[in-house]
Amino acid sequence: MEPVRPIFYNIHEHYHWAEYTQYVLGGLVAVLFVWGLWQHVRRWRLGKPETIALACKERLAGFLRYALFQGRLASDRYALAMHLAIFFGMAFLFLGTALATIDLDVTHLMFGFQFLRGNFYLAFKLVLDIFALALIAGLALAFWRRYVLKPERLKNLVYPTFPLDSFYLLAILLAIAVTGLVVEALRLAASQPAWAGWSIAGNTLAKAFRPMNADTLRTLHFLFWCLHGLLAFVFIALVPHSKAFHLVSSSLSIWLRHLGPTGALPAAEAAGVAKLSDFTWRQLVQFDACTWCGRCQDQCPAHASGQPLSPKNVVLQLNAQLLGKRGGELVSAPELWACTTCRACEEVCPVFIEQPRAIVDMRRHLVSEGQIEKGLQEALTKLGRYGNSFGQSDRARAKWTQGLPFKIKDARKEAVEYLWFVGDYASYDPRLQPVTRATANVFQQAGVDFGILYEAERNSGNDVRRVGEEGLFEMLREKNMQAFQKAQFQKLMTTDPHSLHALKNEYDNLNVIHHTELLDELFRSGKLKPARRLETTVTYHDPCYLGRYNGIYDAPRRVLAALGVKLVEMPRHRHRSYCCGAGGGRVWMEDTGEIKERPAESRVREAAALGVGTLVVACPKDLVMFQDAIKTAGLEGKLAVKDLMELVEEALKPAA
Amino acid sequence: MASNIWVLAETWRGQITETTLELLTLGRELAGQTGGPLEAVLLGDKSLAAPLGAADNVLCAANVAPTPEAVAAALAQLVRERQPQAVLVPWTNLSMDAGALAAAQLNAPFVNGCKDLKSDGGMIVAQCVVYGGKLEAAVAATTAPALFGVLPGSRPAAAAGNAPTVTEVAVSVPEARVKFNRYLEPETGDVDITQKEVLVAVGRGIQQQDNLELAESLAAALGGAVCGSRPVIDQGWLPLSRQVGKSGMSVKPKLYLMLGISGAPEHVEGMKNAQLIVAINTDANAPIFNVAHLGINADLFDVVPALTEKIRAVKGGA
Amino acid sequence: MNTLVLLKMVPDVVEELEVAADGKSLDTSFLRTIINERDDHALEQALLLKERHGGKVTVVALDAPDIDDTLFAAMAKGADRAVKITDVPEGLTTQTAAKLCAQALAGLLPADLILTGVQALDDLDGLSAAIVAHQLGLPYIGVVTGVTADGPTATVIKEFAGGVRGEFAVTLPAVLGVQAAEKPPRYVPVAKVRAMMKTQKIETVPVAGDVGAATIEVRQLAKPVVSSHAEMLEGSPEEAAAKLVERLAQRGLI
Repeated sequence: MEPVRPIFYNIHEHYHWAEYTQYVLGGLVAVLFVWGLWQHVRRWRLGKPETIALACKERLAGFLRYALFQGRLASDRYALAMHLAIFFGMAFLFLGTALATIDLDVTHLMFGFQFLRGNFYLAFKLVLDIFALALIAGLALAFWRRYVLKPERLKNLVYPTFPLDSFYLLAILLAIAVTGLVVEALRLAASQPAWAGWSIAGNTLAKAFRPMNADTLRTLHFLFWCLHGLLAFVFIALVPHSKAFHLVSSSLSIWLRHLGPTGALPAAEAAGVAKLSDFTWRQLVQFDACTWCGRCQDQCPAHASGQPLSPKNVVLQLNAQLLGKRGGELVSAPELWACTTCRACEEVCPVFIEQPRAIVDMRRHLVSEGQIEKGLQEALTKLGRYGNSFGQSDRARAKWTQGLPFKIKDARKEAVEYLWFVGDYASYDPRLQPVTRATANVFQQAGVDFGILYEAERNSGNDVRRVGEEGLFEMLREKNMQAFQKAQFQKLMTTDPHSLHALKNEYDNLNVIHHTELLDELFRSGKLKPARRLETTVTYHDPCYLGRYNGIYDAPRRVLAALGVKLVEMPRHRHRSYCCGAGGGRVWMEDTGEIKERPAESRVREAAALGVGTLVVACPKDLVMFQDAIKTAGLEGKLAVKDLMELVEEALKPAA
Repeated sequence: MASNIWVLAETWRGQITETTLELLTLGRELAGQTGGPLEAVLLGDKSLAAPLGAADNVLCAANVAPTPEAVAAALAQLVRERQPQAVLVPWTNLSMDAGALAAAQLNAPFVNGCKDLKSDGGMIVAQCVVYGGKLEAAVAATTAPALFGVLPGSRPAAAAGNAPTVTEVAVSVPEARVKFNRYLEPETGDVDITQKEVLVAVGRGIQQQDNLELAESLAAALGGAVCGSRPVIDQGWLPLSRQVGKSGMSVKPKLYLMLGISGAPEHVEGMKNAQLIVAINTDANAPIFNVAHLGINADLFDVVPALTEKIRAVKGGA
Repeated sequence: MNTLVLLKMVPDVVEELEVAADGKSLDTSFLRTIINERDDHALEQALLLKERHGGKVTVVALDAPDIDDTLFAAMAKGADRAVKITDVPEGLTTQTAAKLCAQALAGLLPADLILTGVQALDDLDGLSAAIVAHQLGLPYIGVVTGVTADGPTATVIKEFAGGVRGEFAVTLPAVLGVQAAEKPPRYVPVAKVRAMMKTQKIETVPVAGDVGAATIEVRQLAKPVVSSHAEMLEGSPEEAAAKLVERLAQRGLI
């Protein structure tokens, strides 16, 4: 006898009414699901328009990698295995049910044949049983993690749906899986077909039921079939009202992820976001997509240092508002101001939520209402007036050049190959001016044809934008663009990662490189040769705006290698680099809340723990933040922080 | 008379202020140059006139309310009647209003912020501090009478000398549109900084309230107290009772150690008579280095911990 | 509660100030001007009063370079009207400028309060607030750090020295010379100022009449002669600290 899928085994014969009821309920559930889905869509549509390319190869590739194959969980093996098992378990079982429905209600009912027969059917049974076991295993891992390992990041302060949702989701899926297997086992125990062995799980379980008599088996089968059906229907109907909705919203969020320069903020209204409908529809989809995993919170330097910010909490508060579970203020001001815009949260988010963008949007509203603390207000006033946050005359911007043995070309007056955009901190901070001079020396020695804008340069506006002063950002950008247009140069180069990001990604199509890329090229082409090898062991801190924002990780490392330096990586390196805490305007603000350990101190301790003597940086703010942190952490004498340029300058000195 | 030099005597809480006595010294010099007498104008009870012996004459008018309006009206009336060449008014919160108002009523100049005065070719020429102390102007009054707002500290205080000659004068004061209600005392701070021998002063350079700790430790090691310049008090990091300067306290400690204070004139006014002034500032060009006796051009965050430690070591050992 | 706020621009001392070739005035080639800080506080106090009591705030200023930006910023902060006095003659001093302003202010009365900074760092021959008060026949008090307005009188806090302040009752209308507002001047986002520039206009009123000659003459303007300089203790922070400790010990202070 050829293997073939039994049609409504037991139900058709003995409980025919249930067969019809199932279809009726199924129809009802489908309607409820669609209605629930529509509630979400309706809420997303409250958002402002956002024009993006909706379909393209990149989106498809991203979807496959990140949605289907959980790409962002790759570094968390436990979670990866767990979620792949649950996801594919459910997917295959759902597919199996769909095939069974088509087999019955389409091919059999309408065309008189079944395709779930023969070897195909046997394979079908085997595969489904394997995935059912995988699903159960995955759920077991999930229960273990949530209720035994209890990682901090899984805790919620806010529940956009309802407090027991996480438990509910795991429990109902487990119940569906187990009842499904029991139904199969009971059927196999009763009917005992020759091919029962292909259902490896069900058949094993069936052995326990074989002693029962046929009537008992049929009754039990019916009961478990009802239970399984009801559980599945309840689950589906409740999807739009529980965390399970992430099936839809997370997929959508991943599909709609930001393409284009990483972390680049779009032009926005200066008034910022005061209510949910001020966000764009895509942002609202993102808030709805959060799976409460808390990885963003784990990465957040503000959170780790004891400040009131948790990116997870920000998103959940917004999600709760979206779902009507919360009213009033979107997110409190202390939370918003604590952010350094380091992007560690965005980088790790499995569903591609853009937390920094939402925070900046809400900050713009605070700024437009004048709700900013004094230190920040002073910095913005100085930036608006003098084009730098130090409150010094714009005419003093190039004072650092005094003391150089040569005159740097003025790109406003003569043509240069590289226009070096120096940046505020490198120009005005007395602790950094020696490094800036060292940089100029190196360029000169390397024969680079470079010039600066002297007094015409202004703060690039990167941090001004991220603080929420969009109008001031636009003004600074205008002034800098005017200066660029009047100057004569071929390429823009900057030593400041914050400026790099703004100039490259948020100005008007400028071609900008970071000085480490230039150095890398010079070393590789042989135009620059170290006069000696620096036989030191160092560690390197990836600046947020160079690494996570602009993907430049290797050029600085190749430069270090070219210098003969031995590099030992800190545990948190490359895209997991730990912010120094100065970004997002934080360097202009006071600390709020109970500070456990400032981010910069945590970082220098991490470096010191490696036993290296030197922490190398490639960003001016990192240099001063770490210098201060070394003092307050009591590591003077144990760890020194140096700019990459200082090492290059040293290596270029003729061997003694 | 065209060569009289007047000094507006200001009284504070029933006493002639020190600045008034300084102005008498300057006034005497000026009177010597113009050839006229030096007169003090006391708008209060004549019993307060005792310290004004350095003046040739004290014009005393009682029953003048302590409001700028009343003082100005009385002063302007006297000036109109008697036409002195110059009236020296203390350039203080207390008297500048009255001086400015009187000058307006007389259509006379009120020369601001004078640190010195001399007679030159029949005109009084003032040396004025302008642009926050960055520049100085030599300003001549082209008409007489003219009023001059003179900064505290221009001269040493004049000794009381013999009992002054008091001439009682009558002034009619218009109906008051400004009435004095009461004084608002600063919250009694735990500490009276004017009595301390050692003061550690903090300015904007301290950057954050948390960093006050550094100053507190240093002050404790030295057996002194912490005080501050106006910006620090405005931020709320220290109470009003700790403010040193034009609107705050005037102090004369044995040691005044300044951390991150640039030396704006309003602050300097309150501490320039300290015996030993030490300034720590990262800006080598800060005006404070022209006022201080000793200076360290470095970051206070580097120097202060080291300093505190060493002081403790010395004291601990001693 | 309707207030008039008188503003003016002064040289920005963040820049290096150079004396012009004539030795009597400022070299204007690199001169930047900024709103007089005390006037900024006066504006803030006026805005606070508006928030508390309603009414309108009108800002008034003599025409000067960059005054438009300041007036638009004032409107962006909440001022209702901006009036610029044009056809301003050359060579004004504080006294003559204040008289011109008083004429213009007279045309804007009635108002409950006229607020302006008690002084400015380029004042030479008077305090504007007092002169305006006299010209308009209004009561005046200066060095004001707080104002509460209750009906026909205002309660005004004036700063003395030593942290002591005085409370005065002033019949309105009156002129107040502001030292500090009750809160630091608020920040106004650039976008709001730009929006003002697009939607609002600054009214102009020409100078009314002659105010006579100045009664002072600037004979010289120069950098202060520095009579002394501190003895600098050199070396690393540690070394300098050690030297200082030595000196303090020598003087018996520790």
